[in-house]
Amino acid sequence: MNQWKNFSKGFIKENAVFVLFLGLCPTLGVTSTAINGLGMGLATTFVLFMSNIVVSLIKSLIPDKVRIPTYIVVIASFVTIVELTMQAYLPTLFEQLGLFIPLIVVNCVILGRAEAFASKNNLLTSALDGLGMGLGFAFALTLLGAVREILGSGSLFGLKFIAGDGILLFILPPGAFIALGYLIVIMNKIKEKTT
Amino acid sequence: MEYVIIIISAVFVNNIVLTRFLGICPFIGVSGRVSTALGMSGAVAFVMTIATLVTYLLQVYILNPFGIAFMQTITFILVIASLVQLVEIILKKVSPPLYQALGIFLPLITTNCAILGVAILAQQNEYNLLESVVFGIANAIGFGLALILFSGIREHLSMVNVPKALQGVPIAFIVAGLLAMAFMGFAGIV
Repeated sequence: MNQWKNFSKGFIKENAVFVLFLGLCPTLGVTSTAINGLGMGLATTFVLFMSNIVVSLIKSLIPDKVRIPTYIVVIASFVTIVELTMQAYLPTLFEQLGLFIPLIVVNCVILGRAEAFASKNNLLTSALDGLGMGLGFAFALTLLGAVREILGSGSLFGLKFIAGDGILLFILPPGAFIALGYLIVIMNKIKEKTT
Repeated sequence: MEYVIIIISAVFVNNIVLTRFLGICPFIGVSGRVSTALGMSGAVAFVMTIATLVTYLLQVYILNPFGIAFMQTITFILVIASLVQLVEIILKKVSPPLYQALGIFLPLITTNCAILGVAILAQQNEYNLLESVVFGIANAIGFGLALILFSGIREHLSMVNVPKALQGVPIAFIVAGLLAMAFMGFAGIV
């Protein structure tokens, strides 16, 4: 039961984007469509899951003073793996996410979980935490991407269901800020109701 | 002329915060007051300029000749992290007043994706040494401009009656959206 909590807290209660306000750059930068949001979210989930596992395994070997640089190297290695894999197998998505793939390194969610959670907990708990937080992040990005895609181009996951162009603003940068602002309001309301 | 175009494009047209979405964390986090925004912008300008210069040299003289360009992400982030530390130590010795002013903001900069982002963008745009440095400075100015404008608005915002549900971060995002919309007016001038 407790392990389930470690996994599920990342979705609503401690959602990285809506509650902790971490990892906002990719959240705003890549979510012009739901597919991009999902791709970015899953890439981040992989890095977060793997880095939480590795950090949890080597936590007793790292001297305290160099722990942050060590975490960064671990994270950067997994980001490089994602970068090369995506370039090879999903070139279109890689092109669209562009700069934000290498920037997963500086996503504060990942370093934050390594420092605040994986360095203090055992393997299973850290892995579940990484997976839960990552999927919560992916959920937030997909949701924001879906909202922007529906309003901005009248389609969802590339399937067009409204004729015409939609509200162009939501595809453009200002729409990202405004849509996220209102989504946070809605998520706050949901959180209030459930607790 | 080239340099003027780089500067105008980085500061206004492709503003790093409002158009490229880099450095959002400090943009939302330390924009509560104009004075802290000024300090943060100063620290970012300092580190961004040096980081762009150093990563350029690293890419051209080490990563490219040895054919290990795929190590870019790891090397750049490590260099930036150590650079921030180095700048902190040097500033402490050389210029205590400047260290006092920027001090608390420096450690935060390592996780500011604007720094790494600008270093990588300078490589992707295939700038030469001088262009890279100009690009770094221009983006630092763009970051400062957005941050200071936004903190000015937020200072006033704290005095008005915001609906309860929107208080705090949500209204900040909506204001940022309006600011981004204003910056869209610059689109197409270069």
